[in-house]
Amino acid sequence: MRAREEYWAAVGAVLDPEVPVLSVIDLGIVRDMREERGTVVVDVTPTYSGCPAMQTIEHDIVEALEKAGAPRVVVNTIFQPAWTTDWISAEAKERLRAYGIAPPSGTASVATELIPLQRRQDIITCPHCGSRNTERRSEFGSTACKAIYYCAGCAEPFEYFKPL
Amino acid sequence: MPLSEYLLRLGDDRLILGHRLSEWCGHGPILEEDIALANMALDLVGQANLFLELAGKAEGQGKSADSLAYFREAIEFRNALIVELPRGDFAFTTARQFLVSVFEMLHLEKLQSSAHSDLAGIAAKAFKETRYHARHSADWMLKLGDGTADSHTRVQNAVNELWRFTGELFEVDDVERDLVTEGIATDRSALREPWRSEVTRVLHAATLTVPDDGFMQRGGREGRHTEHLGLLLAEMQIVARSFPGAEW
Repeated sequence: MRAREEYWAAVGAVLDPEVPVLSVIDLGIVRDMREERGTVVVDVTPTYSGCPAMQTIEHDIVEALEKAGAPRVVVNTIFQPAWTTDWISAEAKERLRAYGIAPPSGTASVATELIPLQRRQDIITCPHCGSRNTERRSEFGSTACKAIYYCAGCAEPFEYFKPL
Repeated sequence: MPLSEYLLRLGDDRLILGHRLSEWCGHGPILEEDIALANMALDLVGQANLFLELAGKAEGQGKSADSLAYFREAIEFRNALIVELPRGDFAFTTARQFLVSVFEMLHLEKLQSSAHSDLAGIAAKAFKETRYHARHSADWMLKLGDGTADSHTRVQNAVNELWRFTGELFEVDDVERDLVTEGIATDRSALREPWRSEVTRVLHAATLTVPDDGFMQRGGREGRHTEHLGLLLAEMQIVARSFPGAEW
């Protein structure tokens, strides 16, 4: 049986500790939630394989559900289908931008060439000033999910939530 | 137990390479690169955790990923030799990362359609992460190869030195042959040509020479390692072994 609405609301209030404007539902981490003879079973899928926030997130989900009155909570990790940034909704992407992180652009679909030697750089709009005159400094940033960009418009660095 | 053995290989390749990359933390040539190396290490150790957890389940003796990582001896590790070699200079680390990442990218791309559902899901995610590693290290191959005389020499020497450790990546033994037939494992030997063509393309663009295939080192899959693995494990395992069950 699909979990009751108050449980969904409780989980919807659990935020990603690294990106505290997105909930675990916005991110597509919670794939399903149901009640089986008094137990709330939450299907959770990991984002990046090594994301250190996942343990905190699972802990926070259990805590939120217990506070909402769930007698017993089981977190079930599922691997199929693999998580993708394509699951982040347009509305959630806008919140990400307002928070100062450029949201993933386009889809995470795989390019035909495995290692493109001539790298086409997607134009990433600066979340601070809206300039399109930006450049990638590194594809690896402060967390596994973010790249480092620099904006020539406002001369500020910013982070980009990279497509996966 | 062919399945648990295969999963140990997948996990150990990533655990040991991830550890080698993590040794750069605080020592990268520039801040962005320090962060990139640590991020790649994190991805690899994360992937290792997932594969080793599955290996423990497949083995059926209640072992967790942590117990497999911290309480096995060198002879029980199943990683290829190439990942345990000391990190060397930045050119050596970059060249190894490039050669291994291209292999893993091709390997994981196929493994996404494994008949083993969890394995396929983990591979699908790891594939996307590894693409970033391959692209990043290919960028550096171009910069170092087509850079200064010193960077060119160092990265060419690194490729030459590493070449004899690449053959082991494509070896298929009895353990994997049955799993390939069952559609669970990927046939590594079929990846050799695509790997060679991808590697050649980047090395040539980087003005580097592709070494000739000669004698190839092997033994890691059967637990016959270089002396470097024991030293790595001594450091990696010391805390878990000194304080078993410690949590923080």
